[in-house]
Amino acid sequence: MEQLVKFIPLFPLIGFAIIGLANRRLTKGITGVLATGAVLASFAVAVMIFMSRLGGDGHAVTVTLFDWITAGNFSAKFSFLVDNLSTMFLLVITGVGTLIHLYSVGYMHEDDGFRRFMAYLNLFIFFMLLLVLGDNYLVMFIGWEGVGLCSYLLIGFWFKNIDYSSAAKKAFVMNRIGDLGLLLGVLLIFTATGSVTYSEVFAQASTIAIPVVTTATILLFIGAMGKSAQIPLYTWLPDAMAGPTPVSALIHAATMVTAGVYMVARSSVLYMMAPVSMDLVAWTGVITALFAASIGFAQTDIKKVLAYSTVSQLGFMFAALGVGAFTAGVFHVVTHAFFKALLFLGAGSVIHAMHHEQDIRNMGGLAKKLPITHATFLLGFLAIIGFPFFSGYYSKDEIIIQALAHKPVIGYLLIFGALMTAFYMSRLYFLTFIGKFRGTEEQEKHLHESPLSMTLPLIVLAILSVVGGYLLQGYMEHNLTLGNAVSASPEIEEHSLHGLHSIMWGVTAAAILMAVIAYILYIIQGRRPSADADMKGLEKVVYNKYYVDELYETLITKPLNALSSFFSNWVDINIIDRFVNGTGEGVNLLSGQMRLTQSGNTGFYIVAMVLGMALLIAMTMFM
Amino acid sequence: MELIPGISTEHYIFLSVVLFCIGAFGVMYRKNAIIVFMCIELMLNAVNLLLVAFSRQWNGADAQVFVFFVMAVAAAEVAVGLAILMMIYRNTGTTDINVFSKLKG
Repeated sequence: MEQLVKFIPLFPLIGFAIIGLANRRLTKGITGVLATGAVLASFAVAVMIFMSRLGGDGHAVTVTLFDWITAGNFSAKFSFLVDNLSTMFLLVITGVGTLIHLYSVGYMHEDDGFRRFMAYLNLFIFFMLLLVLGDNYLVMFIGWEGVGLCSYLLIGFWFKNIDYSSAAKKAFVMNRIGDLGLLLGVLLIFTATGSVTYSEVFAQASTIAIPVVTTATILLFIGAMGKSAQIPLYTWLPDAMAGPTPVSALIHAATMVTAGVYMVARSSVLYMMAPVSMDLVAWTGVITALFAASIGFAQTDIKKVLAYSTVSQLGFMFAALGVGAFTAGVFHVVTHAFFKALLFLGAGSVIHAMHHEQDIRNMGGLAKKLPITHATFLLGFLAIIGFPFFSGYYSKDEIIIQALAHKPVIGYLLIFGALMTAFYMSRLYFLTFIGKFRGTEEQEKHLHESPLSMTLPLIVLAILSVVGGYLLQGYMEHNLTLGNAVSASPEIEEHSLHGLHSIMWGVTAAAILMAVIAYILYIIQGRRPSADADMKGLEKVVYNKYYVDELYETLITKPLNALSSFFSNWVDINIIDRFVNGTGEGVNLLSGQMRLTQSGNTGFYIVAMVLGMALLIAMTMFM
Repeated sequence: MELIPGISTEHYIFLSVVLFCIGAFGVMYRKNAIIVFMCIELMLNAVNLLLVAFSRQWNGADAQVFVFFVMAVAAAEVAVGLAILMMIYRNTGTTDINVFSKLKG
């Protein structure tokens, strides 16, 4: 049954090829059906594989497509690894992917570039599937780079706007910086073990020197920093909101940004051997979680709040991985995919209804006009703040419990982060959906619920956000064992965690309290975020994202641009052009001199001939 | 084997070389085109003499056959060369070789 995994990336690839090549020859309807159908087919196969593995022993199956690189002792095959971790990711990617494809059919319907959009989405799914299915670091790297490319194409989808194109460029460049670390890490692993295939590397892992493993894992994590938007390489993600909302939902919430988490989880054997890198991962995660959450407090663009929320939640996932709770981190990936995609798609629905208005200062009271959007958004909101028995409750609590058990300081900081999450999400929810409408009359007249193609995915995701956690919790605990190959189980035994479980009830209550406080502040007291011109003090600093972008601009971008213009304006013209043109001119000069021998003077020619002949004969005689 | 006692092959070589050099210098430094042709003939004849001398020394007829070739070629070359010179004289009225510099680069 696992042999069918070959088809999973194949369907989206074919979809991309057909739509990309045929483009305008297909109607929008056919394009939508084809693209969504391709991912749906992949989802069906993924479900079949998952079901066939349920109740099994969870062993890994490698499906080889072809021998890819063979050079001396080194060989890398193009193969897929089907185990519990990759199956889980497969379901999320294809499942959420299908829903978002369906949503895009409605959302992007009027857009001229609709077919291009669907083609790019299919291509993205293909690369993401390669990433999680690869059985060695190289195939993963293909997928890694590919999703970066698709992210660039999709963020800058409305390429006629220069700001959007700059945002796409920024995303790609920051990704690339991380990719350097990733590549160095893979090369180091290769030097240490002679292979890049997961099974071979992990089998030899215990023989590698600890400093080497530490360096390799740190380098791999730098790649994760870029791809999964951790500090310091996170600034591209909020700017990536320039892309259409389905892109934000799929790429920057549910799938691409979780690639870093997948990679660290996959390499858990290596990370378990290097406590230093685990600490790095955990602290980067928790600091990012808190930092991004704080920025979310003052943002006024509905998508930006969700973007910073994504960065923050990714921080939670990495913090979980860093304290050794690999399973909890992956669990949060899955639940986060559900509710964050839901929140983004809901935001898209709101933006659609408000006719492309994204400022929450101009929203309010949308609950009555957009009932389905409101209901699903509410469910997603409850999931993300960890309301009891929703999906986020299970995954987030699992993370915090594991953190408290292994590294209490991180646990307390994560609790604080969870409370912050509750507050700013509540702020977003209340300002958008409750109260009186603050927009223009024109906008109020046009408010309408979205079509079925958009609301159906919302409903499905809402159901998943509610029950997903409860259903998957048991599976995760027993089937997704990571990091167990090297040391004893890093997940502490159940009985010692009972005390921590009661702490979690307190945390959940505190989170709900934060929501209540937000209600009081924003609905009862009627606070509003200030208009751009009126911002001052702390609000202004946080609203401007602590000026980190400006910092990067002065420290990195401007010097590099200056260096680059120095090279292009001075070095290129004065040195290189002089060298090239000078060579030409030199040859001209030389030939000018040589031309003087062609005097046309017959007598001189005769003399030259005789002397030349004499010289040749002398040479042949004496050499 | 010496036909005339006291004159060995070396004398012939020496004479041939002298004749050749006189011819070469004449080709290089004379102004009149007809003189240049005469000097070319001189060089060819010097070579003929050399060939015959060596043929006598080694008692082989190969070199003498080669002399016939050289003479035939010389004759043909003179015919063509003088024809060209005649045309040049008819067109320019002079035989000074330094006047013909139309190939100047």
